[in-house]
Amino acid sequence: MTTETLIWLIPLPPVLAFFLIVLFTNKNKALSHTLAVGAAFLSWLGSMIVFVRALGVEHLGEHPFESSLNWLPTGDTWFRIGVLVDPLSAAVLFFVAWTVLMIFIYSVGYHNYGQPEGDQDVKGLPPRGAIVNAHGHKHAVPSVEPMYSRFFAFIGLFAFGMYVLVLSDNLLTLFVGWEIMGLCSYLLIGFWYAKKSARDAAVKAFMTTRVGDVFMLLGIAWLYSYTGTLNFREIFQPELLERMGNAMAFPELAMRWPALFPFISSFSIAGAIALLLFVGTVGKSAQFPLHVWLPDAMEGPTPVSAMIHAATMVSAGVYAVVRMFPLLEADVTGTSMAVVAFIGAFTAIFAATIAVAQNDIKRVLAYSTISQLGFMIAALGIGAYVAAVFHLITHAFFKALLFLGSGSVIHGMEHGVLHTGNHHVDAQDMFNMGGLRRKMPITFWTFLIGGFALSGFPLITAGFWSKDEILAEAFGHGHWWVFITLAVAAFLTAFYTMRQITLTFLGEPRTKEAEHAQETPWTMTVPLVILAFFAVAYGWIGVPTGFPVLGGLLPNWLHEFVGGTLAEHPEALAFNWIPLGTSLFVALGGLYFGWLTYRNVNSPAEDRLQIPLLKNKYYFDEIYDRLFVKPAYWFAETFVYKWMDQGLIDSILHLFGPLTDKIGSFIRKYIDLLILNDAGDGSYKATWWFGRNLRGVQTGRIQQYLMFALAIFMLVGAALYFYFRYFRLVA
Amino acid sequence: MVPLSWYLILAAALFSIGLFGVLSRRNAVAILLGIELMLNAVNINLAAFWRYGNVLHMAGQVFAIIVFAVAAAEVAVGLALVISVYRKRNTVIADDIDLMKW
Amino acid sequence: MTAEQIIFLVVAFFTLGSGFMVVTTGNLVHAALWLVATLFGVAVVFALLNAGFLAVVQVVVYIGAIAILFIFAVMLTRKDMRDQGPQMNRGWWAGALIAVLVFAGLFFMLQGWNGLSRTAAAIPAGFDAVAELGNALVSPDAFVLPFEVASVLLVAALVGAVYVAFNRK
Repeated sequence: MTTETLIWLIPLPPVLAFFLIVLFTNKNKALSHTLAVGAAFLSWLGSMIVFVRALGVEHLGEHPFESSLNWLPTGDTWFRIGVLVDPLSAAVLFFVAWTVLMIFIYSVGYHNYGQPEGDQDVKGLPPRGAIVNAHGHKHAVPSVEPMYSRFFAFIGLFAFGMYVLVLSDNLLTLFVGWEIMGLCSYLLIGFWYAKKSARDAAVKAFMTTRVGDVFMLLGIAWLYSYTGTLNFREIFQPELLERMGNAMAFPELAMRWPALFPFISSFSIAGAIALLLFVGTVGKSAQFPLHVWLPDAMEGPTPVSAMIHAATMVSAGVYAVVRMFPLLEADVTGTSMAVVAFIGAFTAIFAATIAVAQNDIKRVLAYSTISQLGFMIAALGIGAYVAAVFHLITHAFFKALLFLGSGSVIHGMEHGVLHTGNHHVDAQDMFNMGGLRRKMPITFWTFLIGGFALSGFPLITAGFWSKDEILAEAFGHGHWWVFITLAVAAFLTAFYTMRQITLTFLGEPRTKEAEHAQETPWTMTVPLVILAFFAVAYGWIGVPTGFPVLGGLLPNWLHEFVGGTLAEHPEALAFNWIPLGTSLFVALGGLYFGWLTYRNVNSPAEDRLQIPLLKNKYYFDEIYDRLFVKPAYWFAETFVYKWMDQGLIDSILHLFGPLTDKIGSFIRKYIDLLILNDAGDGSYKATWWFGRNLRGVQTGRIQQYLMFALAIFMLVGAALYFYFRYFRLVA
Repeated sequence: MVPLSWYLILAAALFSIGLFGVLSRRNAVAILLGIELMLNAVNINLAAFWRYGNVLHMAGQVFAIIVFAVAAAEVAVGLALVISVYRKRNTVIADDIDLMKW
Repeated sequence: MTAEQIIFLVVAFFTLGSGFMVVTTGNLVHAALWLVATLFGVAVVFALLNAGFLAVVQVVVYIGAIAILFIFAVMLTRKDMRDQGPQMNRGWWAGALIAVLVFAGLFFMLQGWNGLSRTAAAIPAGFDAVAELGNALVSPDAFVLPFEVASVLLVAALVGAVYVAFNRK
C-alpha cells in the first residue's frame, strides 16, 4: 500500500468506530470499547508506519507525502483537498497516535469496565458505586459508567477530528478537524450532562472557542480571497509570501487617518492574516484573554481532560500557528510576531500565578497547560520554530501523563470514599490527600516523572530539553522581556508542581479516604508507564549540538527533521551558559522551594498563597460575565425575545387576527347578512307584502269588483277618448 | 219632434240609475233588478237609433229582440242562482256571499 | 214644445222616477212593482218610437214574465220581515258616484256628437215595421242566425235555471 493511501486511511477507523458504536453497539460495553480501542490501534499502526517511512525520506520537507483530489468546483478551477505529511506533521502524528491510543486504553479502566452496575447510577451523572456482597458483608465498590459506549463513540469522533487536522494539506480541512474537535470537546465536557456545572462548562468552552473561531474564519476567508488557495504549500511560495509580507493590510484606513498611520502601517497582509488565524489559536489553546474555558473544562471525565485539554486539542491550536509560521515570519514589520510573543509570555506567567493557589488536582494541571501553551506560543512569537514544536511534543506526553495520573489518583481516592461511605469528601481536593506514594506506587512514580518533566528537571526529563531550548532562543536572539517572563513562569511551574506532588503523594494521609486509597487496575497504569517512558526519552532526540558534553554525543535529530519543514532551515543556536543556568536554577529552585514550603502544610488555612485574587483567577470570569455574558443574555432575553419577538412581531401578528376578524365580521354583517341575505329575504318579503296587501282587493263582494272594473274602465275610456280626440283624429 | 238626444239622455239616465242599483243594493235580487233597468236602457237606445237612423234597416229592432231574449235568459238563470244560494246559505245579501274572499 | 215632446217628457219622468224608486225602496216587493212601472214606461217609449212590436213584446215578456219571476224570487228568498233592514250596502256612495260619473261621461261624450240633434225622419208610407221585422228575423241573408242562436240560448237558460234551482231532496 502506498504511503499516500495509508495516510488517507489513518483517520478512518475512529470515525467508523463512532458510527458503529452510535448505531449498533451502544448497549454492548465490551464491543464498544473493543471497536474504539481497536480503531485507535489501527490508526496508531498506520501512523507509525507512515512515520517510519517518513523518517526514511531525504529532505522530507521538500518532497513530502502528499495527495489531493478535486473537491469543490469553483468556476473554471477546482478547490482541492488532500493530505500532507511533511516533517512537522510526521512528528505531530507520532505523539498524537501514541497519546490517543494510551488514553483510549486508559478510558477502559477509568470508566470501571468489569465492575457491576450501580443501583443508584443514573445516565448523566458520574457513577456512585455499587454495593456487592463479598465474603459475608456488604462492600461498596466502584460501579461502571452507565454511558460507557457513548464515551467511546465521542472520543472516537474526536480522534478522527484530530487526525484530519494533523494530516490535512489545506486550511479548510484543518478547520473542519478543528471544529469537529470543538464539537467533541463540548460533548465530552458536558458528558455528565445532569450536572449543571458540566453543562455550563460545556457551553462556556464552546462559546469562548467560537469567538476565536470567528476570527480564524475571517483570516481564512481573507487568505483565500487574496491568494486564491488554501493549500499550505501553495501559500508558502516565497514570492507570494514576500508580496503578502510587504503589502500593507489596510491601505485605505491608513490614508484616511494619517495620524494613525504608524499604527495601521504596522500590519502587512501576511501579518494581519496570521494574527487573525492566531486569534483562533488564542481561543482553542486557551491563551489570554480567551483562557477562561479550560479550567471549567475539568468538569469532564479525566481521560477527556487528558486528551482534549492537554495533549491534542489544545495542541492543535499551537499546531495551527506552527503551520502558518511562514506567514507569520513573512511579515516585514514584525508586529504580529510581537503580539504573538507577548500573548504567549503573558499567558505563561499569568496562568502560573493562578496555578499556585488552586486546590483541585485537575485545576492545577489545567492552568499548567495554559501556561505551557503560553511557552510554546511565546517561542513561536520569537521565531523559535523548532523549540516550539519540541515543547509541543514533549508537553503532550508529560501533560497527558500527568492528567492520567491525576485520574488515577482520583480513582484511588474514590475507592477510599466508597470505603468510608462519606460522599461529601471531595476526592479531587489535594488537601484531602497525602501519603499516596505508599498506597499507589505506580501512579506516584509516573506522576513524579511527569511532574519533573513539567518542571524541567535537568537532563533526564524531556521537558528540560524543550523548555531550555525556548529559553535559550529567547536569550540568544535578544528578547529580554520574553526571557525573564518565561524564566519566572518556569520557576512558578516547578513550584506549583512540587506543591502538587508534595500535597498529594508525600507526607501522611490527611483523611480517612486517603488512607484507604488503592492502586488502579492495569488498564490505567500501563498507559501511565508508557507515557512516562516518552516523557523521559523523547527529550534526547532534541539535544542541541552546542550543549556541553552531551551535545555531540546525540545528534539533534529533531532540529534537523522538523527544521526541514521550513523553506529555510533554521540555523542552530550557539550555546550560551546563561539560559542554561537560568533553566537549572528555576527548575531545581522551584522544586526545592515547593517541597520546602508544602511539606508541612496540611490545610488551606496554612497555605499562605491562598490569596483571594489568585484563587479567583483574577476575577476574570466575573469580569467576562459582566461585560459579555450578561449583556448577551439581556440582548437575547429582553431585546430580541421580549421586545422584538413578543413585542414587535407578535404584535403585528396579533393585529392580523383581530383585523381579519373585523374584516370578516364586516363582510358578514354588511355584505352577507345585509345585502345578500336581506336581499333574498327582501324579495320574498316584498312579494309577500304585496300579496298580503293587494289581496284586500279580493273581498268576494261582486259589487266591489264591479265598481273597480267600472272605475278603471272609465279611466281608460277617458284616456282613450281624449287621446283620440286631441292627439289623433279618428278618420 | 223629439230630438234624438232626449232619448239618448233618457237611456243614459236609466242606465245610470240601474247601475247605481247594481252597485249599491245589498239584496242580490235587487241587484238583478238594477240589471234589468240597465238592459232596458240599452233597448231604448237601440230602438231610438233604429228610428232616427235608416228605418228600413231592421238591425236595431232585431238587436233589441235579441236583448230581450238575453235579458230573459239571464234573469232566469240569475234568479235560479239566487234561490239556490238562498237555500244553501240562507241569505240573499250579496256581501255575505264572499267565499272568493282572499 | 210639441205635444210629442210633452208626452215624451211625462213618460220619461215617469220611467226615471219609477226606476229610481226601484233602486231605492226598502221593501223588495215594492221594488219589483216599481220595476213593473218602469217597464211600462219603457214600453210607452217604444211605442213613441214607432216600434210597436217591441212595445208589446216588452209588456208581455218583461212585465208578464220577468217581473213576475222577480216577484217569485223575492217571495222565495224572503226571511221573515228580513227586507226591512238597510237596503244599501256600505259603499253605496261609491256606487252613486260611479253612476253619476258614468252618466256624466256619457252625457259629455254625447255632446261632442253632431248628430245629436237630428230629428226623426218620417216613416215612409206603407212601411210595415212588424212585417219587416219578421222578415229580418227569419231571412237567411238577414238575422236568422242570431235568432236561432237566441233560441238555443233560451233553451240553455231554461235547462240551466232548472238545474241550478232544483231542490234535491
